[in-house]
Amino acid sequence: MTLTAPSIRFENLTLGYDRHPALHHLTGEVKPGSLLAVIGPNGAGKSTLLKGVVGALKPIGGQLKLDAIEGRDIAYLPQLADVDRSFPLNLYDFVAMGLWRTVGAFGTIGPKSAAKVAAAISAVGLEGFERRSIGTLSGGQMQRTLFARLLLQDARVILLDEPFNAIDTRTASDLIALIHRWHGEGRTIVTVLHDLETVRRHFPETMLLARECIAWGATRDVCTPANLLAARHMVEAFDRDAVACARGAA
Amino acid sequence: MIDIVYDWAVAPFLDFEFMRRALVGTLALALGSAPVGVFLMLRRMSLTGDSMAHAILPGAAIGYLVSGLSLTAMTIGGLVAGLAVAFGAGFVARTTVLKEDATLAAFYLLSLALGVTIVSLHGSNVDLLHVLFGTVLALDNDALTLLAGITTITLVTLALIFRPLVIECVDPQFLRSISRAGAPVHFAFMGLVVLNLVAGFHALGTLLAVGLMMLPAASARLWAIDLSGLIAVAVVIAVLSGYFGLIASYQFGLPSGPAIILAAGVAYAFSLVFGRVGGFLWRLIPQRHLEA
Repeated sequence: MTLTAPSIRFENLTLGYDRHPALHHLTGEVKPGSLLAVIGPNGAGKSTLLKGVVGALKPIGGQLKLDAIEGRDIAYLPQLADVDRSFPLNLYDFVAMGLWRTVGAFGTIGPKSAAKVAAAISAVGLEGFERRSIGTLSGGQMQRTLFARLLLQDARVILLDEPFNAIDTRTASDLIALIHRWHGEGRTIVTVLHDLETVRRHFPETMLLARECIAWGATRDVCTPANLLAARHMVEAFDRDAVACARGAA
Repeated sequence: MIDIVYDWAVAPFLDFEFMRRALVGTLALALGSAPVGVFLMLRRMSLTGDSMAHAILPGAAIGYLVSGLSLTAMTIGGLVAGLAVAFGAGFVARTTVLKEDATLAAFYLLSLALGVTIVSLHGSNVDLLHVLFGTVLALDNDALTLLAGITTITLVTLALIFRPLVIECVDPQFLRSISRAGAPVHFAFMGLVVLNLVAGFHALGTLLAVGLMMLPAASARLWAIDLSGLIAVAVVIAVLSGYFGLIASYQFGLPSGPAIILAAGVAYAFSLVFGRVGGFLWRLIPQRHLEA
C-alpha cells in the first residue's frame, strides 16, 4: 500500500442512462478509510453510483474525481455477479483470479501466493471446498467465494453492492467480520445495503439516496425517521419527454 | 488376425503417400481445432463456428475467381472475409445495444450474399466443390505447411491468452474491472477461429471444417469435468476421428471430408450413451447417494 490517501470526490455529479438521470447533483467526498453504507429505496441510484465509481458508467453531468486511485485499486462486487457457473472451473482457481494484480496473465502461483489463496479460502470458511466446481456451490457459498476473491485482490477501495442478499445470518455475520477486518486495515469500503439494522450496528457513516442525496454523514444523524420518510417519498420518475435539468446549470 | 488389422489400419498409410499427407494434415488440424472448439462451446458460441464458415466461403470463392485454384489467393480471401466479419461483428456488439449473436448473423449473411453476387456477376462456372468439401487427399507441401503453421500459431496464441480468456469466459465483468485485456483477448480468439476454419476448408471444406472443432468438444464434455481434461479429451477424439475417417474413406471409397466428420459423429454418439459425465447409460443405473 502506498502512503497517498485515496479519496473519491463527487462534484455535482449526475449519473444515468441515456440522458435520464438515475442519481443527480451529488456532491461530497468519501474519505480514505471510510466504512460507508449506501441506503435508499429501489431505483434510488445506489448501484448506479458504484458503477460510476468503477468507471462502468460515464457521468452525464458534473465530475467524479478519484485521487490517487487507479482502476486496479478498486475491487467491485456487483449486485448480479455475471459469473458463468457452468464453466468447468473449481473454487480454488476461481478464487486465485483475485491474484491478477500480482501474477497477471503469465506469472506462476508460487508457494507464497498459494498460501495466500488458501488463507483467503479459509477466511471465508470454505476449506475443503477447493476442488469443488463452482457450478455445485450454493448461493451463499458462491457469495463467500466472491468475498475470498475480493480478499486476494488486496484493493484499497472496495465496493460491495448488496453483498448480503439471500444470505443466511451466519454467512452474513462472517462476511461483516471480514468487512470490519478490511476497515481495520485502512481500506475504503462503500457498501450498498437494505437492512437498516446492519447499517446501524456496523457502519459508522451512511449515505441516504433517493435519486439524489437526502442525507450523508454519521449513521445516527442520517437514519432518522424524517430522512427515511423523505427517501420513501421519492418519485420513481421516468419521463420520456423530460426537459433538460436546469439545476446546477451556470 | 494381425494381418487383417495391419491391412486395414496401417497398410494404406505405408503404401500411399497421399494417405500419409492426408493423415499429417488431419492431425495438424485436429490439434489446433479441438481446443478452439472447446472454448467456443464453453462460451456458448457453438454455432458461431458455423456462421464464420459461411462468412469465409465468399472470400475463398473470390480468391478462386481471381487466381484459380491457388492456395495463397483462396487462403487470403478466406482470411480477409472471416476476419472482417469477426471483427466487424465484435466491434458492433461491443459498441451498440446489439448482442454478438445478432451482429454476427447480420455480418455473415451480408458476406455470404456479397460473395454469391460477385461470383454470379462474373458468370463463370466456378467449381466450388473444392471449397465446399475440401481435398484432404490432395494436400501438397504448401497446404501441409499452411495447416501446420496455423496449428502452431493457434497453440502458441492459446497458451499466451489462456488465463485472460478463461476469466473472460467465466466472469467478463471481473476481467473488465482488473484489466483492459478483455476486448483484445476476445478478438485474438475470434482470429484463431477464423484461422482454423481457413485451415479446415483446405482439408474438409468450409462447412465441414466446423465439425472437427465442435463434435470433439461436445463429446469431451461427456467425459471430462475440468478445462484441461476437456481439451485433452477433445484433442484425442479429433485425432482418432481423423485417423478412422481416413481409413473408412479409403476402405469404403467414401469422400474423405465427410468420412472424418462422420467418424467424429460416431465418437459423439458413443459419448452421449457411455460418457462418464451424464451419459444416458449411467443415468439408467440406479446408484445410492453418498454420505456427504
